Amino acid sequence: MTILVIAEHTNAALAPATLNTVAAAAKIGGDIHVLVAGAACGAAAEAAAKIAGVAKVLVADDAAFAHQLPENVAPLVAELGKGYSHILAAATSNGKNILPRVAAALDVDQISEIIAVESADTFKRPIYAGNAIATVQSSAAVKVITVRATGFDPVAAEGGSAAVEAVSGAADAGKSTFVGEELAKSDRPELTAAKIVVSGGRGMQNGDNFKHLYALADKLGAAVGASRAAVDAGFVPNDMQVGQTGKIVAPQLYIAVGISGAIQHLAGMKDSKVIVAINKDEEAPIFQVADYGLVADLFDAVPELEQLV
Amino acid sequence: MKVLVAVKRVVDYNVKVRVKADNSGVDLANVKMSMNPFCEIAVEEAVRLKEKGVASEIVVVTIGPTTAQEQLRTALALGADRAILVESADELNSLAVAKLLKAVVDKEQPQLVIMGKQAIDSDNNQTGQMLGALTGFAQGTFASKVEVAGDKVNVTREIDGGLQTVALSLPAIVTTDLRLNEPRYASLPNIMKAKKKPLETVTPADLGVSTASTVKTIKVEAPATRSAGIKVKSVAELVEKLKNEAKVI
Repeated sequence: MTILVIAEHTNAALAPATLNTVAAAAKIGGDIHVLVAGAACGAAAEAAAKIAGVAKVLVADDAAFAHQLPENVAPLVAELGKGYSHILAAATSNGKNILPRVAAALDVDQISEIIAVESADTFKRPIYAGNAIATVQSSAAVKVITVRATGFDPVAAEGGSAAVEAVSGAADAGKSTFVGEELAKSDRPELTAAKIVVSGGRGMQNGDNFKHLYALADKLGAAVGASRAAVDAGFVPNDMQVGQTGKIVAPQLYIAVGISGAIQHLAGMKDSKVIVAINKDEEAPIFQVADYGLVADLFDAVPELEQLV
Repeated sequence: MKVLVAVKRVVDYNVKVRVKADNSGVDLANVKMSMNPFCEIAVEEAVRLKEKGVASEIVVVTIGPTTAQEQLRTALALGADRAILVESADELNSLAVAKLLKAVVDKEQPQLVIMGKQAIDSDNNQTGQMLGALTGFAQGTFASKVEVAGDKVNVTREIDGGLQTVALSLPAIVTTDLRLNEPRYASLPNIMKAKKKPLETVTPADLGVSTASTVKTIKVEAPATRSAGIKVKSVAELVEKLKNEAKVI
């Protein structure tokens, strides 16, 4: 049994979610190969070769793979993946974009966003926005799976010394081109990788008031998130959204400020180790999942918290 | 340009679902069913393309039980021109749905297929991408902006950390994210008119598609619950607890 893990990377560096995906592969068992498909992605491939437990790294270096366009990358993965028992990718926007296209090309079903491995063919995954957990079993020749990073502790980034092998395959399908990218620039940690997350909801009242959360986050070295209500109200951009329709996070500490605790938000953060809720409505559902609740006006409590930490 | 919109009948997003006592699934008896929210956004986008004169005809398709006609009528009331129900009482996996949609695409020859990025019941986020592989069409998933220009469509996508714009050759598939648009409500006159719009019913067998699956659900359980902790009286107490009890700061 050999498992192919599709690396999540920026060509220059490997993304942390790759380590969680390798962890899921290790739970399934068998040899683990990692595919780095990109352009001028040597640095990412070198990093992949160092991951603990990886036996081989396949590198497909081609301009057509620079921006991970699924029309170009999926045929490559499908071709390479035929001989493997499992193909795994992180359930990032990239993994979700590419992997179903791979599965259909191989004529197999895909299992999305697993949070646990029961055996080599049986997995657990959340459905209905995390309100139910399904155990599913696959009889497919190649099991194509996306992995929810928060379900698996990352393997060590160092310690391995895998062989690196260049591969070639499908290139530009000529159907799509990359036009541009606007990535939010921030010195704060990435939401899904942060140890502490401070999130604001509709209670923040406007986008400007998020400055209180940024100040607190900077003091704690935290990332800043938001509920869907705050995003829908236009306070902050959607890439800050934590919840079933946004990012799934599981930090050591999650501080929910002015967030009522809608089911769809809870689905995105309830696996956090410690949850703090600050809300002036003591009936807010968020208090039902919070380890520490503070019923207070956030505009008093947040600046005070910033002073005290 | 003909636009095909695929929609799904799912449990209403306001319903708190319960797992059945025998762990065979969630209890959907007597709960309100609606069009999947991402599919509503897909219908709205198609209607806007028609209002701009870009789309000439909107065909809406669903795969589901007889009752899924309700969601097709909703789409017709919102502005779709005609509807196709691929009737199947079974719960189908994404690959089977994608194969059925491929058969509909072959027949209808749309230039653009718009669908939701995921259904809020199975949360798979697969069908659009799978349809891309089966048809060979380019895909613009998680779209927050769609602009048709000549023989191309520019799609701005919600990706981790920001936005990405890609140019896709038509025909293409777009899957919708939340910020693409805000769906309208159907007016009463349009609901009445929708009752007279054409709705065709076919079966997977008519389309020559096998819906067999390689994945089966063994059991469905309620998630581990998290119990409420304590209420602290002051910020100072909170900081003390976080430092000394939880040891997270």
